[in-house]
Amino acid sequence: MSNPQQLRYSKEHEWLSVVEDGVSTVGITEHAANALGDVVFVQLPEVGDAVTAGESCGELESTKSVSELYAPVTGEITEVNQDVVDDPALVNSAPFEGGWLFKVRVTDEPGDLLTADEYTAYTAG
Amino acid sequence: MSSTESTAVRRTALDALHRSLGATMTDFAGWDMPLRYGSERDEHHAVRTRAGLFDLSHMGEITVSGPQAAELLNFALVGDLAAVGTGRARYTMICRADGGILDDLIVYRLAESEYMVVANASNAQVVLDALVERSAGFDAEVRDDRDAYALIAVQGPQSPGILKSLTDADLDGLKYYAGLPGAVAGVPALIARTGYTGEDGFELFVKPEHAVELWQALTEAGEGVGLVPCGLSCRDTLRLEAGMPLYGHELSTSLTPFDAGLGRVVKFQKEGDFVGREALAAAAARAEEKPPRVLVGLVAEGRRVPRAGYKVVAGGEVIGEVTSGAPSPTLGKPIAMAYVDAAHAAPGTQGVGVDIRGAHEPYEVVALPFYRREK
Repeated sequence: MSNPQQLRYSKEHEWLSVVEDGVSTVGITEHAANALGDVVFVQLPEVGDAVTAGESCGELESTKSVSELYAPVTGEITEVNQDVVDDPALVNSAPFEGGWLFKVRVTDEPGDLLTADEYTAYTAG
Repeated sequence: MSSTESTAVRRTALDALHRSLGATMTDFAGWDMPLRYGSERDEHHAVRTRAGLFDLSHMGEITVSGPQAAELLNFALVGDLAAVGTGRARYTMICRADGGILDDLIVYRLAESEYMVVANASNAQVVLDALVERSAGFDAEVRDDRDAYALIAVQGPQSPGILKSLTDADLDGLKYYAGLPGAVAGVPALIARTGYTGEDGFELFVKPEHAVELWQALTEAGEGVGLVPCGLSCRDTLRLEAGMPLYGHELSTSLTPFDAGLGRVVKFQKEGDFVGREALAAAAARAEEKPPRVLVGLVAEGRRVPRAGYKVVAGGEVIGEVTSGAPSPTLGKPIAMAYVDAAHAAPGTQGVGVDIRGAHEPYEVVALPFYRREK
């Protein structure tokens, strides 16, 4: 699997798109999606919610377990992906594309976000 | 997971094959086993509608043989194994003297004086030790055959057709819970019509050195009808939908078979004493007088999934506990098995919920199983 070069990554396995007009798109990585197995339910934050980097802002249910969804940055939710709420399997089939989770207006970001190469190395262990 | 045995991970004879198929592996009772090959939901649906191929070589086989093999098993286990005909199998349990369940078992009578006991991987050593201890004074031998067999299961509606193309054995005459020796794809096998999926299917006990050859022959034979390799993840959702208990979840040493709603496996009418008889008779009387918690099915109205250990609630009170839960691929909703107070156990009972991380999610109480195949 390959992690898109233009994205940045958190150690909690979220990806973050390049910020455009102050807004960035967030999803979970293919590595995380594969580890979860079939995702059957996603609970996302609501538009307008304030989220804080490193804190839980939702959950992902798979066959075997439930996992917290962490906000990779601090900011305000501007949009959630209704397609992935209706069809959670998108997280597995297209984690970097149609399986995106939410958009956030970034007010602060932590200093430890990883580049694609760094994240690839991080998950290779 | 704690174990007093060797911590070295055990691998089945099919290990390299699983890896070549890209399986996600998982530790299960000290064995490195396939969890899934791709989507566990697709594997589940394949077994329900077509066929699935499983490596179950982690299961623990113990052979009991000798002139008093039947007497030994009738003493050591709660069932009447002397009454099982040659070539037939029986679901039974082994209990402690206090009635607590040590394991649930399938016992195959291979010959007049030879049985094969199949234990759960996590309990195989415990069962072996108990059988050896209980064999004192019987003219019978208890043999550890865990390494003597690989076990491959073919499950699903297409499984009879797939197997028929590879064997001359009389599969039509092979009833559910029966087993016969035969050759499959030229490999000597014990062919058993058993499984843990709620579908028709077969379990093939073969020598480990024949496992790869058999797996490949089955894969080729099933190619045209949609057979896929299946991991333990879908095995768990398949057995849950079929309402089948799993040791460590619905069964444990702190429960008797009567507490688990499986008192029918205890055969008091059999000849002679057996380990646990007195305690089990008391447990049966207790269950009659004051019904213990009842194992029920729960179906979610929402989409959050109940997991083992979550509390079942009604009217703000805890009335039970989830033992197994998962999103059901067949129902398309989260389901669970749970022990609940008898007063809340009737199908259709209103106001029952599961505490999912602080929120009381509404659940419908249903009779088990969730899924029954059409015959």
